[in-house]
Amino acid sequence: MAKATRAAFGPTLLELINEGVDVMAVDADLAGSTTTAKVAAEYPDRFVEVGIAEQNMIGVASGLALTGRTVFTGSFAVFGSGRCWEQIRNTVCVSNLDVKVCPTHAGITVGPDGETHQALEDISLMRVLPHMRVLVPADYNAARAAIRFAAKTPGPFYVRMGRENLPEVYGEDFAIDSEAFAQVVREGSDISIMACGVELAHALKAAELLAEEGVSAEVVDIMSVKPLDEETILASAGKTGLVLTVEEHSIYGGMGSAVAELLAEKQPCRVSRLGMTGFGQSGTAADLLEHYGLDAAGIAARVRELLA
Amino acid sequence: MRTDGEIELVANRMRRDIIEMLEAAGSGHPGGSLSAADIMATLYYSGVLAWDPADPCSPERDRFVLSKGHVAPALYAVLAQMGYLPHEELTTLRKLGSRLQGHPDSNLCPGVEVGTGSLGQGLSIAAGMAMGLALDAKASGEELRRVFALTGDGELQEGQNWEALMFAAHRKLSNLVVLVDNNNLQIDGHVTDVCSIDPLDEKLRAFGWHVITCDGHDVAAIRAALAEAVACTASPAAIIFKTIKGKGVSFMEDQASWHGNAPSAEQAAQALAEIDAVGAQLAAAAKEA
Repeated sequence: MAKATRAAFGPTLLELINEGVDVMAVDADLAGSTTTAKVAAEYPDRFVEVGIAEQNMIGVASGLALTGRTVFTGSFAVFGSGRCWEQIRNTVCVSNLDVKVCPTHAGITVGPDGETHQALEDISLMRVLPHMRVLVPADYNAARAAIRFAAKTPGPFYVRMGRENLPEVYGEDFAIDSEAFAQVVREGSDISIMACGVELAHALKAAELLAEEGVSAEVVDIMSVKPLDEETILASAGKTGLVLTVEEHSIYGGMGSAVAELLAEKQPCRVSRLGMTGFGQSGTAADLLEHYGLDAAGIAARVRELLA
Repeated sequence: MRTDGEIELVANRMRRDIIEMLEAAGSGHPGGSLSAADIMATLYYSGVLAWDPADPCSPERDRFVLSKGHVAPALYAVLAQMGYLPHEELTTLRKLGSRLQGHPDSNLCPGVEVGTGSLGQGLSIAAGMAMGLALDAKASGEELRRVFALTGDGELQEGQNWEALMFAAHRKLSNLVVLVDNNNLQIDGHVTDVCSIDPLDEKLRAFGWHVITCDGHDVAAIRAALAEAVACTASPAAIIFKTIKGKGVSFMEDQASWHGNAPSAEQAAQALAEIDAVGAQLAAAAKEA
């Protein structure tokens, strides 16, 4: 069933609390949208509303973490990672605190709210921070697995979630046991399409379109942008010799950059990055993905260019 | 629990340590460290802060957050006076491999509760800690522990402070005490000239805080203000300490230029001579008493 990654946030925290894990959520006037309101409804002592004050949100979360709790922060990705970036750097990461920065509504698929609300830089901003791990789940079950993994692994995490419903890629029992997680979700031999988040489903659909034309595309889910699962990425790139990265994020400094850096250093091959190069605009998620060439047709078109 | 005279002597020795540390480091922040010395000495020595250097991470401790992280030398000095940090380690300040970073690092130095240095972040952290400790007390039935956060006055120009002040009052975090080192100087000049935060007491009251104003160099007054602050159970409390930046070293007093400059060997010698003269008077007075 199609569900948004954000829909996993509150329910997974509740699941953890019910299992006895000492987690709390702090949000900044977006608890309904991020779904942390579900925690507030059942465990009011485990939820802190700070109002529209993202910098304070990170500080309060840090203080709670310093009293022994594992704390998840919400808000939208633009505000929850950007407005408080320096607080995440100098408080959460410098002191290596158990704060999990988990904003929702990331990427172009926020849609009609337009460019001010479409976080296209958050992966880059978080990836550069020491101690920070970056997970970009591709469906509801992956988001649940990411939140569970972050809760049980000490130190800072960034989990990027989105607003739109996404088709299911992983089963309900999906779990990750390594922070460097990538997975080949479709095998192929002509090109490796490495995608994360929203783009994984589009990459899979593109691979189907290409298969009809006789092109064998491998699709790899780069769920962990930092640290990278080097073994999986190098093996796939080694097999196909051609890599296309796809993300609903800037191509500057995001997942595609991370993959390109790895390949340039360890196993040079041709890499093409598909993603955003400027700000977005208002529109439905579907229209925007089509417009910016980030839907299945756009991905397939880029693959055809690369193979031409 | 120490007498006022004993605390004055501790503050005097801290000033000595601050000058020696900064001279050895060749850089750092003497002005704000000296203005905060009496406040820090009274906080740690009057018994108001429950913190045992023999058990620095005890869950039963009160927390101290140094929001004005650049006055790390004052924190290291009080930790050394308490016997927590070896005195000889102080001169490693700001040197490669030292636990005593230019701005305090909680991963290296357990007497430091959280890394600070980027101004304006300490009050939010302290508010989160106060909430966490209140939840702990609610769950365990044990005594409610407190959080004390020291901020500068120039630092209050950072907007995040006002988010935190609004939040802490809204949540009635009565186990939170904010200490303002109101020395009226920042790097570019007097706070009242750069961008005034006045009337600070009225602003804090309007935000829902219990506000106390006191002389930040009078140990008896600091002690009384701290007692009044912790007795307030209806709201968080703030103490505005009127201080002199560079206090105790004549040529550094009320000079913006001594915000972030280390003394030369000659200047340090002069500063130490002044500090030692006061120290001798305090010791003599203690003997008479």
